[in-house]
Amino acid sequence: MNGWETVIGLEVHAELATKTKMFSSALNSFGGEPNSNTDPVSLGLPGSLPVLNEKAVELAIRVGLALNCQVQKSVFARKNYFYPDMPKAYQISQFDLPINKEGWLELPDGRRIGIERAHLEEDTGKITHVGGGGRIHEASYSLIDYNRSGVPLIEIVGAPDLRGPDDARDYVSELRSILVTIGASDGKMEEGSLRVDCNVSVRRDGAEELGTRCEIKNINSLRSLGRAIEYEAKRQIEIIESGQEVEQQTRHWDEAEGRTHKLRSKEEAFDYRYFPEPDLVPIEPSEEWVKEIGKSLPPLPRDRRHLLADAIGVEPTETSLIVQRDLDTFALQAISSNADKNRVLVHLENNLADGIGKLTPEAFASLTVMETNSELTATQTKTVLADLVESGGEPQEIAKSHGFESMDNSELEKIVDRIISENSDDWLSYINGDETERKKKSGFFVGLIMKETSGQADGKIVNQILSAKAES
Amino acid sequence: MVQRISREEVAHVARLAQLALNEDELDAFTSQLAAILDHAADLEALNVDDVEPSTHPFPLKNVLRVDEPGEGFEVEEVLEVAPEVEESQFRVPPILGES
Repeated sequence: MNGWETVIGLEVHAELATKTKMFSSALNSFGGEPNSNTDPVSLGLPGSLPVLNEKAVELAIRVGLALNCQVQKSVFARKNYFYPDMPKAYQISQFDLPINKEGWLELPDGRRIGIERAHLEEDTGKITHVGGGGRIHEASYSLIDYNRSGVPLIEIVGAPDLRGPDDARDYVSELRSILVTIGASDGKMEEGSLRVDCNVSVRRDGAEELGTRCEIKNINSLRSLGRAIEYEAKRQIEIIESGQEVEQQTRHWDEAEGRTHKLRSKEEAFDYRYFPEPDLVPIEPSEEWVKEIGKSLPPLPRDRRHLLADAIGVEPTETSLIVQRDLDTFALQAISSNADKNRVLVHLENNLADGIGKLTPEAFASLTVMETNSELTATQTKTVLADLVESGGEPQEIAKSHGFESMDNSELEKIVDRIISENSDDWLSYINGDETERKKKSGFFVGLIMKETSGQADGKIVNQILSAKAES
Repeated sequence: MVQRISREEVAHVARLAQLALNEDELDAFTSQLAAILDHAADLEALNVDDVEPSTHPFPLKNVLRVDEPGEGFEVEEVLEVAPEVEESQFRVPPILGES
């Protein structure tokens, strides 16, 4: 909106890819019969005691290192609240001493977004509100499944460095991509293994101070994230422009209505009364362990974007889509087989969105060379490429089987001469016409020549021949 | 002596825990909680300038468990403790607000 800036900070919860829960040996799995993966700890039964899952700690450290955080000595804390998704009336989380603090994440365009902390906590049970069209404020009763209770989570708190819906979506995509690459989470938003809470505020362009923020919950897709931010920013701007003040609130995104609803105001905010969890001792990962975990990290999306961009000679923004599609290794192999770098980029972005199928890097490399040497036209190249993806093989042979043999230029010139003499009036208008006329006639001649050569001529070369003849 | 906790604070904490306390109970818990806080306040007599804050009485760290599945409950067993059951889930009254 004109004259206004939207400021966004995201809190992302990701379920960690362990076999069992954070504090007990019940299974961490999605989609089973409700309440089939529970034990005394997940149900918060009296007398049960939590024992920390080593794998959850390792994955949390992986996340911290991948986000350039400091990994530190950390302590668990009880976050107290009364709600049936957490039968023991507190969630075990981390408060003043999170396992990871102060890192950053780089967006594809190179901007660094601050990460304030990334801490461990347990997930809660899943509540389904029944009646009132599933809407939280009209529900007639609720159903609870405790399979999710105690699943290990990493909560990644981003700095308010994002400036609009596109930024927010880029940040979540990048974070998701990192989490999946390092094996910390499956990152599936549709299954709730990646959830986003969004803090939105607005301020006038050029203002230094942050506006009053609202936190939006219940965002289940990248699309909802963008819509929720747009709605919320507009709502806040309207409030300020009408001379009122934005109230600090927690709001609920309603996907069906396309709007946010007030859940609670600052005064009604939960008073969590955090205190150190007496049932668990501190985690103090040794330097060796952290180092070992660091060494085991695979190349991150950011490194991969840069590597491919350097190999092609473009900016990392341009290689981000290829890395997202996991085709960067393939691209590098094709380049080392002497492919034309720019054609590699173009085809991987535009013509190989559905995957490479049976295409080999070597065949792909030869094809790009044939294309840049004008042995194949752009259209013919696409046809051969589709065949290579479908059934593999050598591009030369496939081109031949389609009859895509490159035309000798002298032969082509003879055809051009004949077409010109058969259409001398049109040729005169091509030579003498203004730019529009010339364009029109050029289309006319290229069309005829393509027809005459059954599409084997290269349109670009035909045009070159035509303009050379017009000038002589 | 100054009361270490007010009746209003006790009412607030009770509300957070969804406990309905009557007037007599509020009075009783206020004085009981105040007595506990007085007891804890004895620590203020000690000089702890050179003591590093601790979060746990035992000098232990990194007590970890291997990520291997163990035995859990059967669904039927779990649902026996539910007030009402629907589709293998706990059915509870409507809840306003979210966690």
